[in-house]
Amino acid sequence: MGQVKNFLGTRWGIVSVGAFIGLFAPLLQKLGNPGNMGVCVACFERDIAGAIGIHRAAVVQYMRPEIIGFVVGALIAAYAFREFRPRAGSAPIVRFVLGVFAMIGALVFLGCPWRAMLRLSAGDGNAILGLLGLVTGIWIGTFFLKGGYNLGRSNKTYTSVGWLMPLIMLGFLVLLLSFPQIKGEPKSGILFYSMKGPGAMHASIAVSLIIGLAIGFLAQRSRFCTMGAFRDLILFRIPYLFYGVLALIAFAFFTNLIVGQFHPGFAKQPVAHTMHLWNFGGMVLAGLAFCLAGGCPGRQLFLAGEGDGDAAIFALGMIVGAGFAHNFGLASSPKGVGPHGIAAVIIGLLVCSFIGLTMRQKA
Amino acid sequence: MAEIVDASGLSCPQPVLMTLNKIRDLNRGEIEVLVDTDTSKENVSRAAESQGWEVAEVSELDTGYRILIKKA
Repeated sequence: MGQVKNFLGTRWGIVSVGAFIGLFAPLLQKLGNPGNMGVCVACFERDIAGAIGIHRAAVVQYMRPEIIGFVVGALIAAYAFREFRPRAGSAPIVRFVLGVFAMIGALVFLGCPWRAMLRLSAGDGNAILGLLGLVTGIWIGTFFLKGGYNLGRSNKTYTSVGWLMPLIMLGFLVLLLSFPQIKGEPKSGILFYSMKGPGAMHASIAVSLIIGLAIGFLAQRSRFCTMGAFRDLILFRIPYLFYGVLALIAFAFFTNLIVGQFHPGFAKQPVAHTMHLWNFGGMVLAGLAFCLAGGCPGRQLFLAGEGDGDAAIFALGMIVGAGFAHNFGLASSPKGVGPHGIAAVIIGLLVCSFIGLTMRQKA
Repeated sequence: MAEIVDASGLSCPQPVLMTLNKIRDLNRGEIEVLVDTDTSKENVSRAAESQGWEVAEVSELDTGYRILIKKA
């Protein structure tokens, strides 16, 4: 165990984890997940919001087992290596609001940083704008960090607090197994299902869950984070996490090439639009929100799995944010940005700036 | 006597930022960093080593870890 622990925390360890995700995400697409969406934390949380009726966008409703696997896999790893540390109380309301706007920004672009990288590795040129936006948002966030921005200290708390998010996820799994999809039906028990669109596309529950658990386990060990990769490079010139995302992009690229999923171009890419400014702008907002919250959406789920109640609040903020995004016409579609998407990005940037400027501790 | 950086309860990147600020202030000597997660322990150790400091001792506390870094 000790050797595994040490290895996954090394440069080659994080490269292996990035490579694992880069290999299995395109394969999940091959096995049924939507185009260039083998894994997308934002999209999948949005689908979960749809499955439980927080929004009623008919094409994006599915209880994604990958998300459940991420949290529970991280929980298993944390217990296996004695790293489960229940903690909470570091500006939860701020984390919730950041989660809401991170989701809105991601849905204006149509993907979280994970999907931006998967889209790039499959030849979607629009992802370049998204990734540039992500890095810009993180770069803005580093100025707030240098200026003393701080979410404040968390406190050690009851074990049960750390277990709540994994229990919510296990509850979602029980719902999925109790109310499985019925062919041709938009609803099964209390769960909503998509009859067409990305929500109707998915690998089998077992495959999705097992790959999700494996990614959750490995990412908890290696601290894989698509936001931290750029933040640590910009702020500290420490490339550890960056090697992980490079490996993800490289392995996803070769996997996509081999399985015939590489289609270079800008137009007619799956679940993508070509409004460059808002592909960029959406991800500036998401990148800034992730940076202020201390982790990409995947990392927040892994932290929630190891007992971090504040990261759990961020993830719940993202799920609720998906409700706002689809109920209020903020989310984009392949036709372009939603009717109020641009306004939401501007408001989000103002709110994030307000948070970044006012939550400062003087040295 | 080691200077103390109390980063307990703070999450990434605060412990690293605080440690690097202290390293910049002191230039050499001993710093004791208090953190509460394994991630912070690893990040602080990695950051200290990147600045040419040595991780002299890591001890487990009730609330997390105490990392002693030094540079002669």
